[in-house]
Amino acid sequence: MKVSLFSRIDSKFLGYIFLIFIFYCISCGPKEKKDTDLTELTYIPSGILGLPDIPVPKNNPQSSDKVSLGAKLYSDKRFSLDGTVSCATCHKPEQAFVDKLKVSKGIKNLTGTRNAPTVLNAAYYRTQFWDGRRNDLEAQSKDPLLNPVEHGLSSHDDLIKIVRSDPDYTSKFKTVFGIDPDSIGIDHVAMAIASFERTIISGNSPFDRYRFGKEEKALSESAIRGLNLYMGKARCQDCHMIGETYAIFIDDKFHNLGVGFKRIQPKLEEILQKKSESKNNPTSDEEILTNIESSELGRFAVTGVSEDLGAFKTPGLRNIALTSPYMHDGSLTSLEQVIDLYDRGGESNPFLSSGIRPLRLSGQEKADLVSFLKSLTSPVLPNMPK
Amino acid sequence: MEEGKLSRKDFLRGAGGLLAASIVPMSLVEIACGGRGKGTHEKFTFAFISDPHLTHIKGTNFVRNFDSGLNKAIETVNLMFPRPDFVVFGGDLAQLGKREELDHGMELLSKLKVPVKFVIGEHDYYLDLGKYWQDKISKLNYSFDHKGVHFVVLNSILTYDTWINRWKTPEERMNEMARLDNPNGSPFMVGDDQISWLKKDLENIKSGTPLVVLSHSPLYKIYKPWNFWTDDAEKIQSILDRFDNVTVFHGHVHQVLYNQIKNISFYALMSTAWPWPYPESYTQSPHYIPKMTVFMNRQDPFHERDGTGWAFVNMDNAREEMHYKLWENKDRIVKYDESAGHPVDSTYQKPESRILPQTHY
Repeated sequence: MKVSLFSRIDSKFLGYIFLIFIFYCISCGPKEKKDTDLTELTYIPSGILGLPDIPVPKNNPQSSDKVSLGAKLYSDKRFSLDGTVSCATCHKPEQAFVDKLKVSKGIKNLTGTRNAPTVLNAAYYRTQFWDGRRNDLEAQSKDPLLNPVEHGLSSHDDLIKIVRSDPDYTSKFKTVFGIDPDSIGIDHVAMAIASFERTIISGNSPFDRYRFGKEEKALSESAIRGLNLYMGKARCQDCHMIGETYAIFIDDKFHNLGVGFKRIQPKLEEILQKKSESKNNPTSDEEILTNIESSELGRFAVTGVSEDLGAFKTPGLRNIALTSPYMHDGSLTSLEQVIDLYDRGGESNPFLSSGIRPLRLSGQEKADLVSFLKSLTSPVLPNMPK
Repeated sequence: MEEGKLSRKDFLRGAGGLLAASIVPMSLVEIACGGRGKGTHEKFTFAFISDPHLTHIKGTNFVRNFDSGLNKAIETVNLMFPRPDFVVFGGDLAQLGKREELDHGMELLSKLKVPVKFVIGEHDYYLDLGKYWQDKISKLNYSFDHKGVHFVVLNSILTYDTWINRWKTPEERMNEMARLDNPNGSPFMVGDDQISWLKKDLENIKSGTPLVVLSHSPLYKIYKPWNFWTDDAEKIQSILDRFDNVTVFHGHVHQVLYNQIKNISFYALMSTAWPWPYPESYTQSPHYIPKMTVFMNRQDPFHERDGTGWAFVNMDNAREEMHYKLWENKDRIVKYDESAGHPVDSTYQKPESRILPQTHY
């Protein structure tokens, strides 16, 4: 059949885009990812009230020697361009594994775009980073080393050279992995750091003793009211989930609360157009930590799915009283401010996550929720192995 | 590609996916108007937004959740690249037909950066019998041609004069019609005047021309107590009988639904406001849900957007593939199966892979 002669769009191109998109959805859906991961994991008991078994990749089993090696690597400032930054710089063991800064500082006092999340209980996350762009601790640990505003190394070889020339390291790598210095690679380093991080877990808080230990006196009246609000009117439970036998306070999902999104929402069309034409990799670690526009795209930068625009990972809530400031950009300084944000239904925008809506909490209810959040602090936090 | 990280090319795919096919309770429809085979033809896209049910509370206050569903749809269409040629609005802009609701809806829709083709729903009509809609928004039935495809817009939510005259006030009439499962209700119809108009409109259209009919209610019969029903549907179907390829897109049912009656493929679009259950799951009463339909997954009541969503249609070679992207739920793809002669849900058709529907409330 004859049709009009002029086309405003390249039909072949369009069809191609559609096919790719469909393929992309099917092949990279989060559900599929999860199923794959589960087959590659074993679980070891946490031994701590309120915490489930710890997932461990089958190809990187835990050992005390490996944890000890990982801890040493975690604290080694030589693995940075100017010798000032280690993992422990932004994830400080003495500060609940955060740095208390709005956004973290790397080499030469350079700053990124995002608040350092705590390492505490990161072992339980199915994705790492605020946008979940890495699937495990092993993969996560390699990125900051090369980021120009974090460790600033030009390549992982810079680190490997140091490790191979340090007798203490070569001896430990031999013990842990059974390899000679020449065979030490960045993946061994990453496995050791991840193994250490899997020991940074904490539970047994007053909340755990009340909920899972059946100690009725473990929580104050206010915190008990706060827990009831948490499970009901305040709607916290749907994302920061509390289970029947344990609680890690996450849903393994990503949500747009509007925090920071207002910075880019009015010019989103222009930003996305520019990104699609950019020569830089728009999802690279470097791009996300150095370009606020890329950063605020959130999970979208990883998936390209519009539902993920401005969406960030649900963080756990254990020891939340110790890990201020809050949100992916560190823009809220107190738990009271966080509760206020949820009470007003987030920051309005077209991609606001569903379930986020005005709660109309009273002053007392807000205070009770804060009391409850403070009951999530563990009496003792893990530290560096001796 | 490194694990967990996308290359620039992958981002472009993603962005392309977003911008070309992205989001919403709308369908992005790709049409090949060359019929079967590889003849020269021109494809184009249009988006479909339906059933936002904007609800006036008082003064300038409207129900927030329904506003946000429509706003999400609008914003996404505007982020599409390339931009669709136009948007079809599938009806039920308002909840109770109030001017405040229609004005508010038009204000929101005015943010769309492409033209809109309007279909009226019963919630827009029964307060003033479509007067304000015709004055301010659109004709109730009309047709247009676009790049080789003939589009017909029908007002399928008319009903009998005896029912219309039964009520003391326009508000009472509107409220009765707005209720689901209403024993005082009345089935929809297209009506003889419009059927005459349709016959005349199609008179000079060749049978090989791809025909797309846009209506609010389904132009077939599903379940009368809920008014998922058009009384004179068979009359319309018989007029469309001589065309090689006819597709009907409709709103109203707020659920994934598809059907094939002879030469006509029917596809329901999602609502931006809320999902309805399937009559079978809710009432366990007689119904006419097509046997080929596999129910949409049950919704999570916490999530306001769950059970709503968007879809796009690929009509290459004049056969549809309907891709339902359900917000916070599992994706569904409905493809036309040539050997079966009707659309099938490509993932969930087999009994062992079906998603169980909600059977209680």
